[in-house]
This record gives sequence, structure tokens and C-alpha cells, in this order.
Amino acid sequence: MNKKLLTILSLLVMASMILAACAPAATEAPPPPTEVMTEAPVATEVMTEEPVMTEAPTEVVTEEPAAFECTDALGCVDVAPGDPVHVAFWGVLSGADATLGQDSQYGVEIAIDDRGGTLLEHDIQLTTEDGLCTPEGGSTAATKLAVDTTIVALVGSSCSDETVGGIATLTNAGLTTISPSNTRPVLTAPDRGPDYAGYLRTAHSDAFQGKTVAEFAWNVLKVTKAATIHDGSSYAQALQQVFVDNFTALGGEVVAQEAVAKTDTDMHAVLTTVAAAGPELLYYPIFIAAGGYISAQAKEVTGLENTILMGSDGMFSPDFITAGGAATKDMYLSSPDFSLFPAGYNTFVDKYKEKYGTAPLSIFHAHAYDAANIIFAAIEKVAVVDADGTIHIGRQALRDAIYATKDFQGITGSLTCSELGDCGAPVIAVYQIVDSDPTTWNPGVNPLKVYP
Amino acid sequence: MNNQLRLTFGRAARIGLIGGLVALFLCLVGIVGVFNKRSLIEGIISLGQFSILLSALGVGYIAAKSASDQMQKGVLWPFLAGILSGFLTGAVVAIFVMIGYRINIRTVFITASPVLYDLLTFGRGPAGIWLLPGVGAFLGALSALTYKTPPWIQRPLVRGLTAVILSGLFAGLVRPLLIVWGGWPEALGRFLFGSTGVTPAGALTTFVVISGIVAVWSARGKAMRERVRQWPPAGQAALRWTFFGLAFILALALPLFSGAFLAQVIVLISINILMGLGLNITLGFAGLLDLGFVAFFAMGAYTVGLLTSYGEYGLAHLSFWAVVPIAIFVAFMIGAFLGLPVLRIRGDYLAIATLGFGEIVRLLAGSDFLGLWLGGPQGVIGIQKPCIGWLGPYLGVGIPRVCNGLELGGPKEIYYLAVISAILVAFVATRLRDSRLGRAWMAIREDEDVAESLGVNLIQTKLLAYMLGASFAGLGGAIFGTLVGSIFASSMQLLVSINVVCLIIVGGMGSIPGVVVGAIALIGLPEAFREFAEYRLLFYGAALIGMMLAKPGGLFPSAIVQRELHVAEEMEEPSDASISVASANLE
Amino acid sequence: MRTTLTERLAELAVAVSLWGFRILVVFVVVAGTILTIRTGKYSGEQWIDFVVFGIARGSIYALIALGYTMVYGILRMINFAHGDVFMAGAFSGYFLTAALSRSGFLDRYPIWTLLGAILIGMGVATGIAIILERVAYRPLRKAPRLVPLISAIGASFFLEYSFRGFFGPGIYAYPPVTILQGEWTLLGIGILRMQVLVAVAAFIMMAILYTIVMRTKIGKAMRAVSENKDVSALMGIDVDRIIVATFMIGAAMAGAAGVLYALMFRQVNFFMGFVPGIKAFTAAVLGGIGNIPGAMLGGITLGIFESIGPALFLDGLGITRPYQLQDAIAFIMLVMVLLFRPSGLLGERLAVKKA
Repeated sequence: MNKKLLTILSLLVMASMILAACAPAATEAPPPPTEVMTEAPVATEVMTEEPVMTEAPTEVVTEEPAAFECTDALGCVDVAPGDPVHVAFWGVLSGADATLGQDSQYGVEIAIDDRGGTLLEHDIQLTTEDGLCTPEGGSTAATKLAVDTTIVALVGSSCSDETVGGIATLTNAGLTTISPSNTRPVLTAPDRGPDYAGYLRTAHSDAFQGKTVAEFAWNVLKVTKAATIHDGSSYAQALQQVFVDNFTALGGEVVAQEAVAKTDTDMHAVLTTVAAAGPELLYYPIFIAAGGYISAQAKEVTGLENTILMGSDGMFSPDFITAGGAATKDMYLSSPDFSLFPAGYNTFVDKYKEKYGTAPLSIFHAHAYDAANIIFAAIEKVAVVDADGTIHIGRQALRDAIYATKDFQGITGSLTCSELGDCGAPVIAVYQIVDSDPTTWNPGVNPLKVYP
Repeated sequence: MNNQLRLTFGRAARIGLIGGLVALFLCLVGIVGVFNKRSLIEGIISLGQFSILLSALGVGYIAAKSASDQMQKGVLWPFLAGILSGFLTGAVVAIFVMIGYRINIRTVFITASPVLYDLLTFGRGPAGIWLLPGVGAFLGALSALTYKTPPWIQRPLVRGLTAVILSGLFAGLVRPLLIVWGGWPEALGRFLFGSTGVTPAGALTTFVVISGIVAVWSARGKAMRERVRQWPPAGQAALRWTFFGLAFILALALPLFSGAFLAQVIVLISINILMGLGLNITLGFAGLLDLGFVAFFAMGAYTVGLLTSYGEYGLAHLSFWAVVPIAIFVAFMIGAFLGLPVLRIRGDYLAIATLGFGEIVRLLAGSDFLGLWLGGPQGVIGIQKPCIGWLGPYLGVGIPRVCNGLELGGPKEIYYLAVISAILVAFVATRLRDSRLGRAWMAIREDEDVAESLGVNLIQTKLLAYMLGASFAGLGGAIFGTLVGSIFASSMQLLVSINVVCLIIVGGMGSIPGVVVGAIALIGLPEAFREFAEYRLLFYGAALIGMMLAKPGGLFPSAIVQRELHVAEEMEEPSDASISVASANLE
Repeated sequence: MRTTLTERLAELAVAVSLWGFRILVVFVVVAGTILTIRTGKYSGEQWIDFVVFGIARGSIYALIALGYTMVYGILRMINFAHGDVFMAGAFSGYFLTAALSRSGFLDRYPIWTLLGAILIGMGVATGIAIILERVAYRPLRKAPRLVPLISAIGASFFLEYSFRGFFGPGIYAYPPVTILQGEWTLLGIGILRMQVLVAVAAFIMMAILYTIVMRTKIGKAMRAVSENKDVSALMGIDVDRIIVATFMIGAAMAGAAGVLYALMFRQVNFFMGFVPGIKAFTAAVLGGIGNIPGAMLGGITLGIFESIGPALFLDGLGITRPYQLQDAIAFIMLVMVLLFRPSGLLGERLAVKKA
């Protein structure tokens, strides 16, 4: 062949050889024993080959012939001394719903801080991946995370859509994820399918939230005619349907079920249609922006002046008062019952405020904190620790341990995971906004808890 | 001379001020802050700091270039111009920091935080403000000098640095790929890349190796290429085929070593290539701008979803392979259905009308009205994965059919499906372009009236362009549906259509390789920088403008369009017929 | 001209599809209306409310469409970033009113505050438009038609996400302005003050714009440039200057519209310009693009149809959640106009030259 081409090739080869030669010196760590073994047979093979491949730790291996052997059905994660225990958070970190995911991520970070950043004397490494609040975003995020075989378990996702898109990938990669904020009922329904084997959540299912709201409307507000509006999101559509089913079952009448688009700003027309049906209660479990428009404009539509307005956890934020203005006063919002959270919650919020300089951005930070701690507790339970500090975690064992979580004392209450993956304590309360100044936001005072 | 001097320095000053404003923009928009979380070279420089330094470097370079254009000879004036502009860039940022320390502008600009100021003053607080102009001047001088160095030094230097920067940017992507392998690739990965960027030793090695190669190549490359050119044609062909063969084998083996994530990105790129090839027919060949292309994509995806899903909304539980032709056919027919009425609309009006159609399809798909059949906001879930082999019987809602054979379950397997489809469709598109029909399309693109008078059947030809384009997009949608496993109306955004138009324009109108290049640039790169998702569309927008300014013909323009652009330039006249819009002769 | 069988078939298919489309739309409108009215679900007052709300909404569209239609009419270019210039105006107005509200100035001098907000909105919008024109549009004036469109799409993203970077994705809401709250009763119909303000503002701005384009010297130059740039240049018109002026006037309109819009709906966010931008373009096409009174008429027609359409046409046909299809009504109207009356309701005025 060409002489110059040969020169270049040989240069390249030389360069790569030099690189290879430099590598151990540069890392300055003892030659790492095998990093990750996903499957049992591979693991044993590597173990037997190890003395040949690396020179240094031959004695160690020969001295301990009963070294860990992975028999886990889904394989094991091995964490060498000095390497971190790797967990991940996936959820929406950009776009309009970014605060939801950001808030949960902060919860996980505080959970890590509370352990001093270590688990079984290894550092904890947190990777985050953006799921964009869409199924394809969730799918891509899950795929990217599933590639990384050092990841032990995950917290996430934020939006139910992300889970629908990504859960199969994670489950099939042997991973287990706990979502702090998915509330769509089907995710933990009995017919959820095998893809969901690796999915649990600390958030409540909206099956509970819609029921509580319906009971509050019927028993406390004593209304008989209700109307609902959703915004075409899967969350809102499912939640209002749960409300409708429960409300009619109680004997009430749903006189109108309308829908708007997320980007709509002028709600006068749809509200006029709702007004024509003459409801006593208008329930719109949607998000802050559109919810603010509806709250503000409902007062301007003839026939809705005295209708009771009600929303849900998607609008449970001081931003909602900012968006809706004075019209939000006296509105009802349902949300997890913060007053039932153990005392630990208040200390948590203090840490949150100190670390991030803001009041909690959304409502699922505590759920994320608990999710992370459930994972850490389960890892501690199943990890096999070698004499040199290497830990081995069986993926199936870890998954089983998480499902077996019972009476876990979290800051959202005492958590027990069901076999369908519901870990959260489904205690929903109804709050009422008593002051339309967003700076007075303080759940329990404003908005004031009115039910149960 | 004096006048010329004033002109030179005036220009340098203006360049410097603009550079300062750009740096200021980067700070305020939050890019500097976010980039700061990633290091370029671990422990030495963060990406955030680098982005600021880059503006000074760029300014110095441009100023030096402008000065030497102005003064022809000498190193001194360009050097001084570089210093001046770099100094001014630094000074603008310094003034901003000074104001920031006095007045709290954070109530308006949320990113103007003390953290940012500390970063800009190199952690020295208010005292560090005075450093800024100095550093700016230094960098300006440096890059002015680089500009004036002879190419045999300049080229290896710049290329080497670029390589370091690129490997810093892609560190997060490449490192896990290498580490998974263990052995020497892992050692190499750990040596070159840290967890957030390049290691100092890795940066040095990369720089030395790359600039070495570039130096050797620029010294000898020409001679080598010359020698290859002197080979007999058979030899050259053999060389070319070897390259193709190698590329083919590489493409075949890629998922094996790239891991699922890269495979998924490539699948997404391939899906967009399919859509791009489709739109390339309607827009690139026939000149019909369609801003509602997502409608056909949605048709393909929903057909696959409804006919293969084992979920609640599944209708037939067929196998993926049986449904793909149906999906393509449905998209083809919908292309006719939507195409027929709008055929007579021209130009921008056509764009707006198709945009309307695209939105109507999305609204209908997501509405509760059709939700009884299409799932509405809850979407169609549980889409059966393609199976090579035979499928077991359908057992009930929520239970996938068992695949007796090889199931294309994940992105690594669907990769082959997507890439092969893209190659096939690209082949079909090439044949179409060179066919009689293809020439008729191009005739229509150039001038409808002339084409008609030459015997081209306008309606038929346009309609075929529409339908064929739609069917390609339908195939893309089908693969998308099976990749994600679920379909939601919210995925069918206008942004998808805009993206496809942009990738064609960026790649080069009417150019088939251009579609591939465009898809990689607009779909692949953003996926590679997922952690900067907040700024993805910002860069996207800037890139679109920059592209149009720098290369309006696209990255990979087709020969015909290139010729045409050139002609247009000469005539100083945009093709007037294409400007004109829908006309009164419609009725 | 020779006609083959396939050609005739193709002609037939087009005719059938057009007639099918027409019949379908007419059927939906007529049947829906009859069925809805027969149910008697809505009272007469509610129908009037629908119309009033529709006019208010349409005035907003008209405000944005004025600038859109002028720029398009003169430059033949879809300025995709127009909606984002509008957003920029709304944002800058927000920071002024919020600051003045905190200092109490707003409550003492509400009129001055509003004027200030509108002026600053116009100013910032104009500034952005000048930069935009200089950087993203001017170098491309001679490029093929699609190139500036792509550049405009890029500019649109760039503006949106720059603002998002500057101010974050959070919720910003204008402070309440007391004099704009409450309603006036006109002929027994209660109309919100804000709606009156928007409608009046739209009308005034239309009048101003019309005068500028039709009665002033610069307007004459604009019309000349719209006809033919090269000939205008030969006639001694500084084409660059006229185009910049066109952009500036259009942007000033958008800026003012942004502030008014935000006063009406209160919330501002970085994405707020996108949907109104598309709607405004629809309105402009509806009225006859390039035609200034047409933009006004198109906007109000679109607003009324959007407001009343779901209840009147769709509800009666038993279509559930008709308001989800509100935008679909707008787009179907757009397609109808493009198909059957491409010059719009009032016809194109600024540019008569056709292919």
C-alpha cells in the first residue's frame, strides 16, 4: 500500500498504544476489578479470567475462592471500592412543566444530602435525564439511562406520559423506578401488564383524588349539579372522569363536561356554555396557566357568578394565585394532605428553602424524598458487601425488596407498597384559598384545609 | 493612511462592542450559568467560562481579519485591532458586572445572580472586574496572532483545539460507550474523559494527536490524494467500494457496540429522514410547501397503533408487517384526500392551508369526540413490536402476543428496520427524481404555467407528489409508533412539521443526501445535548438563521438547485414566479 | 389544449372533492345550527354574550393581524416572528406596570401607567424588529422565497427561548388595573370595560395605519416598494429605509397589541405569541392579505366564529367537548377562504400583481 498511509496508520497505532500504556498511571486507582456484570454466566467467566487480565489483585481473588457469585435473575450491579452507587432521576426538567420535575429532583438531592451523600460507605452519584413530559421524551430518557449499567435504581418519571413511553425499556433492562408524581390511575391498575413490573409510585393515584373531591362536593358543599372542564391532557381528562363517575354514583348530576386546549386564553365562550347548563360547582383539575384564565374569567360570565370553583393538585401553587388574581379567593383545591405529613416534613421544607432559596416549587418534593429513601433502604437490605468494600446488588432482589416495603416511615406518612406498585398513602385533602395575595401562600393557613 | 487607520479601528471597535453584547446575551439568557455545570477540561475550564472566552477569541479573529483586509500587509495593525476589540468585549461584560454588583437586576433577569458574577470575575468578587478587559484584550491579541500565523501552524493548532472542544462536548456520550467494553477501551475512556468533560491529560493527548495528524495531512495530503487520482480507474473504484463496504459493515454492527441510546437516536434520525424524503418530494422536487406534514406521519402512526395494539383501542391485533403496507396506503390516500382540494392554492397560501390541515388532524386525534376510537389524550398504548417469525394468538387486552422468533423489541433491533427503510426509501426517491415524473415535478417547481403548456398534467403530477410524499411520512409514523410503543396526539405537534421543513432546507432543497445531513444536524445533535434541553430550541433558532445567512442553499445542495441559485444571483432577481401567490384565476 | 382521459378524471376528482368539502361544511353549519336552536339550550342573552366575547377576541386578533398584513402586503414574506415581537411587547409592558404597581404610581395615575406600558411595549417591539430585519431578513432579500421563511421561523424560536432564558418559564401576571375592571351597560348588554378598550384600540390603530399607508408619503413609498422594488429604487425611493420603516410600524402595532392583550388576559409567558400569531395570520388571510381594513374585518369574523361556532354548529350535532375543536373551526374557515375566495373577504389591496 501507500507508504504515507502506512506512516499515518502506524502513528495512530503507536498513539493508541501509548494511550493504553498511560491509562493505569493516569487513573492512579488500583486496577479496578470488574465493573458491572449483567448476567450470571458472564460474571463467573470474568471472575475466572481476572487473574490473567489484571495483575495486581491476584492474591485477593485466590484468597477468597467463595467470592460473590451473582445468581440474580436480572443480573447484578457491582460497585467497586471508590466507585459511587449510581442512582438516577428522570422526569420533566424543561418546558412548561419543568417545575414539577425540578421539585422532585430537589427532593431526591436532599435525600442524598441527608445521608451525607453516602450509602454503604460509597458515594451516591445522581444522574438526571429529561423526559420532556412526553411519551417519546420518556422513551429516549429511559433508553439513555438503561444503557448505563452502573445505575442501580431510579426515581421518576414526573409525567405519566413519560412513564408510558419509557417504562418497558427500564423494566426490561432490569431496573426499578419509583415515581414521585405520576397520578394516572392505570399505571397501578390490575391490568397494567408485565412491562410495569419495575414500576412503583409514592404519589397517590387519581382514583383516590377524584373520589375525595366528589365526596367533598356532595357531602360538604351539598351541591347536586356539577360541571367539569379539562384541558386535553391525560391527567386532567382522567381525573375529571373519576370525579364524574364518583359524583354520579353518589347521586349527583353532572350537567356539563367540557374541554379546552392547554394554550387557550379566552375561556369566555366555553364558560358561557357551561353557564347554560347551570352548575353549582365547576371542577377543572388542570394546570396553572389555563386554570388561572378560567378562574379569572368565570366571574365575568353571566350565570357563573355564584358557582363554586374547584381545582386539584395541578394548580396547588402560589403561582396559581398570581395567575388567577383576586378571582381565586374562596376557590377550593384538592391536594395531598400536608397536615398528615409527619413532623419530618417541616424540617425537610426548611432544608429545601435553605438549599435552593425558594419555597417548594410544586407538591411532590416530599414524595420524591421518600421514593429515594425507599430505594436506599432497599439497597442496604439486599446489598452483599465484600471484605474490600465492593458491593453487589441483585436487580431482582432489589426490585422485590422495594415491593416488600412495609410501614416505611417517610415524610409523607407511613408507606407500604402494594403488589401493584402503589406505595403512597392516598390521603387527599381539600383546601380553600382565603387570601388572593400569593406571598401569603402557606398550605394549612392559606390555602386553609377544609376537608376532611 | 490616517483615514484608513480610523476606519480599521472604528470597525474593530464596532466588532468588539457587538462581541460584548453577544457575551452579555449569553450571560443573561442563562447559557453561561447552565454550561458552567459541565466542564470542558475537568478542573481547568468549564463550558460556561469557555463560552465567554470564545466570544473574545472570535471577536479578535474577526477584527484581525477585517483589519488585514483593510491594510493588506503587516502584523501590527491586525494585532492592535484584535487587542482593541477583545478589550471592548471584556469591558462590556465588566460594565455589566459592575452594574450587577450595585443594583439587583435579578428581579427582571432571573439569571443575573451573584453566582454568575463570581464566575465572570474569576471568583475574585468586585476586584476581579478589572481583570475582564485585560483578559479580553489578551485573548483578542492571541486570536489575532493566530490569524496571522502561516497556515501550516494555524491549521493544526485550530483543528487540534476544535477536537479538544468537541471531545469535551461529547464526553458524556462517548465515555459510557467505551466503559461498557471493559479492557483497553475502558482504560482509554477513563483516560480521555472524566464524568463531566475531558481530563487534562486526555485534552493534551487529543490535541497532540489531532494536530499531529492534521499537520502531517496538510503537508502530505495533497500529494497522497494526487497519487490516488493517478491510480487506474478500477483501483479507484475498488477504493470507493472498500469505503462503502466498510461503512456498510460499520452501520450493520453499530448497535452492537453503540448501545441502545445511540441506536434510538439513529432510529429517530431515520424516521425524520423518511419524513424528510417524503417532504423532499412535495417541497424539494415539486415545490409545494407543506407545513402540515405531521398529518401523514400521524396517519401512519395511528394506523399501526390501532391495528396492532393489544391495548384497549386495538382493533385487529395484526402483526406489524401486515400493517405497514396498510399504513403506507392510508397515508397515501389521505395525501390524496387532503391534496385534492388544496392543489390549486399556490405559494405561501398553500403553506398556511396545509398548516391548518395538520393542526386539524392533531386537534381531532386528541379530542374527546374521536377519543372513543383513538384514545384521545390517553393515547393508543400497547403497540405490538415487530416480530420476525410467527406471532402467538391474541389473548386479551393488555397481553402482548407472543413472538415465536426474533422480536424487534428495543431500539437496537428497530435500528435495522429504520435504517433499512430509510435506505430503501432513499433509493426509491432517487429513482423517482430521475424518472419522467421527477422531471415533471421539477418543471412545475420552476414554473407551473410553462410546465402545463409543455404538456405536464398539473393536477395529476402534483397529486402524485403529494401522495408519494405522504406515504413516506406514513412509513416514518409506522416505525415511530412501534418504537415508542404508544401514540399520543400531543406528539403530533406543529413543531414536527416545521422540523421537517427546516431539515430539508438546512440539508439543501431537493437533495437526497441533504435530507440525511439535515436530519442528523437537526435531530441528532439536539439529542446529543439533552442536558441543555432548555436551550435546545434557542440554538435551533440561531442555527436556522445562521444557516440561511451562511449557506442559503443548504449544507448539501443538489446540483440543480445550486445552479439555479447561482443564476438567481447573477440576475439579481429572485425567481419572480415563485414569489407570486394564489391568484384570482382559481375559480 | 388537448385533454386526455386521465386529465379529465383528475379535473373531475378535484371538482368532486371541492364540492364534497363545500357540502360537508354547509351541512355541518346548517344542521348543527338547526339542531342546536331546537334544543333551546341557550337563551337569547347568551347568544349575545357569545357575539360580544367573539368581537373582543376578534379585536385582539385584528390588532396583531394589522402589523402582519402590512408586512406581508409589502414584503410578500410571512414574518413568522411577528407573534414573538408581540410577546416581547407584552413582557416589557409587564415589567413597567409591575414596577409602577409596587410603587403605588399605578393606583394614582392609571392612565399614564397604561400609556407608558403601551409606549414601552411599542418601543421594545420596534427595537427588536429593527435588529431582526438587519440580522435575519435583510441579507436574504434576494434569496429564494423559502429562505427568509426559514430564517423567520428561526427568529421566532430564538426570540421565544431568549425570553425564556431571560425571564424563566414561570408565571407573570399584570397587576390589576382598577379602572379597567367592571362592565359598562350598552343597550341593555353588559360589556366588560376591557373589551371595549380593546375594540376601540383596534379601530383607532387600524385608522392610523390606514392613514399612514394611504395618505402619507412614506405610505406611498411602501406601496411602490410592494409593487416593484427595483423600479421603486429607480424612482429614488430608499428601499432599505422603507422596508425598515414597514417592519418598525408593524412591530409597534404588535407591541401595543401585546400590552393590550396582556391587560385583558393578565398572564404573560414566553410562548404566548405563537398561537395568536398563527390566528392573526389566519385573520389577515381571511380579510384579504395586505388589506388593512380587511385585517380588522377578518379578525373580528374569526373571533365571532370561534366564539359562537362550537356552541352553534358542533354542539347540536352531538359532538362532545366542542371547544376542543375551536381552533379546527378557525383553520377550516381559513382553508375555505383560500379555496373559494383566495383574495379574502375584502380582496388584496396593497399588491395587485398576480402570477
